[in-house]
Amino acid sequence: MNDLWNQITLSWEWLTASAQWHGEEGIPHRLLQHVIYSGISLLCAAVIGLALGLLVGHTGRGGFLAVSVANIARAVPTFGLVLIIVLIDYSITPVLVALVALAVPPILVNTFEGVRAVDPDAKDAARGMGMTGWGVLWRAEVPMALPLILLGLRTSAVQVVATATIAAYPGFGGLGRYIIDGLARNDYQLVVGGTVLVVLLAIIVQTAFAGLRRLLVSPGLLGSARS
Amino acid sequence: MDLDWGWIGEHTDSLTEHSLTHLKLALLPVLFGLIISLPLGVACRRWGWLYPPVLTAANALYAIPSLALFMIFIQYTGLEPSTVMIPLTLYTLSVLVPNVVDGLASVSEPVRQAATAMGFGTLRRLLRVELPIAVPIVIAGVRVAAVSSISLVAIGQLIGQGGLGYDIIRGYQLRFQTQIVAASVLIILLALVTDAILVLIQRLLTPWTRARKRSGGSSRRRHPITGAAPPHAVDAGVSSIAGGGG
Repeated sequence: MNDLWNQITLSWEWLTASAQWHGEEGIPHRLLQHVIYSGISLLCAAVIGLALGLLVGHTGRGGFLAVSVANIARAVPTFGLVLIIVLIDYSITPVLVALVALAVPPILVNTFEGVRAVDPDAKDAARGMGMTGWGVLWRAEVPMALPLILLGLRTSAVQVVATATIAAYPGFGGLGRYIIDGLARNDYQLVVGGTVLVVLLAIIVQTAFAGLRRLLVSPGLLGSARS
Repeated sequence: MDLDWGWIGEHTDSLTEHSLTHLKLALLPVLFGLIISLPLGVACRRWGWLYPPVLTAANALYAIPSLALFMIFIQYTGLEPSTVMIPLTLYTLSVLVPNVVDGLASVSEPVRQAATAMGFGTLRRLLRVELPIAVPIVIAGVRVAAVSSISLVAIGQLIGQGGLGYDIIRGYQLRFQTQIVAASVLIILLALVTDAILVLIQRLLTPWTRARKRSGGSSRRRHPITGAAPPHAVDAGVSSIAGGGG
């Protein structure tokens, strides 16, 4: 326990040392890199996952295929994927590609399951009110599937933020830099400090999604979800 | 990208050995996770106030990068397999606990009442009725946990315990693509085979789901009223959303 407390004080010293807050190696720069990598990947993954999930969920066709492919994609070792493409093309793109591949499956599967689970009666009612295919999708299916869609986005976002640390292994910075450097130098202060920052970022992301859920999801749905 | 097939042929022994280590490092945590999640999920279902804090804790653990968690455990467990397996076990909780809880929640009230009416006590009802009905949802969670665990183990190689991760890092250091590709493909294959075996286990454990599908499952999505809806489809949120609208 004493060890743990020592570590906490050491990481706190590291986090608050003014040297950490300037320049290339500084926390703001690394944090910005981390946020940019995660943000771009999540955005691309959201576009792909939402489009496919909505398409498959709405039409009801190809669901089994989409979910199976998504599950296989979950098995792709991100680490291997990053390193293999980095060998071919040394740039940040492989890292982003790997993060997108990591983030698409949860978004896709949750969107699909959310849309599919919408009560057929509600869809019939929407059609009965004169809505076309798009109308049903945007005004009935998406709002009802929103809790699951947001859950998928949140899961992916947290995974991406946590996994973007491996961008540091081939040398693209981000908060993982501290963890990898700390490992190389046997400097636990650095490792724990970097970890704390990543976890804080992940917690901020989780909180943001909880806020979005409260803001966007119809109160009727939230009420019934609790019962 | 040129693959050196000869290298793969010469190294089948070491690749097999690494695959087996990989499976052990990935799947034992899932087993431990399930052993922890089942009682925890049952407790969360029984005492509702327990669920939110447990879920928050599990999600917070999940947000810690695996590499960092490995590093933190090195000081307590050293450069040993357990340093990789303990974090992986903790990760599985964020998938398994909610699925155990959801699975138990999917037992419909009439079924529960029927079991009670037949004289089942709480424990016997849990073991003989509620847990079997929860199996499909629990196994769905086990599948996600197992597949992601298998792909995560590779990172453990950064602390020297990574199964096929060894070949990924070695290949990177030697700029030898074949080794990375071979290891990555093997990891995917291990995940697929594990997933298929889990699907098979679920079928064996829940013979009634197939009987139900044969009798009228195909009409479920189009005509939920005429085709008798299976109980867990009703509880999976479909009816509750309709209820919210009315």
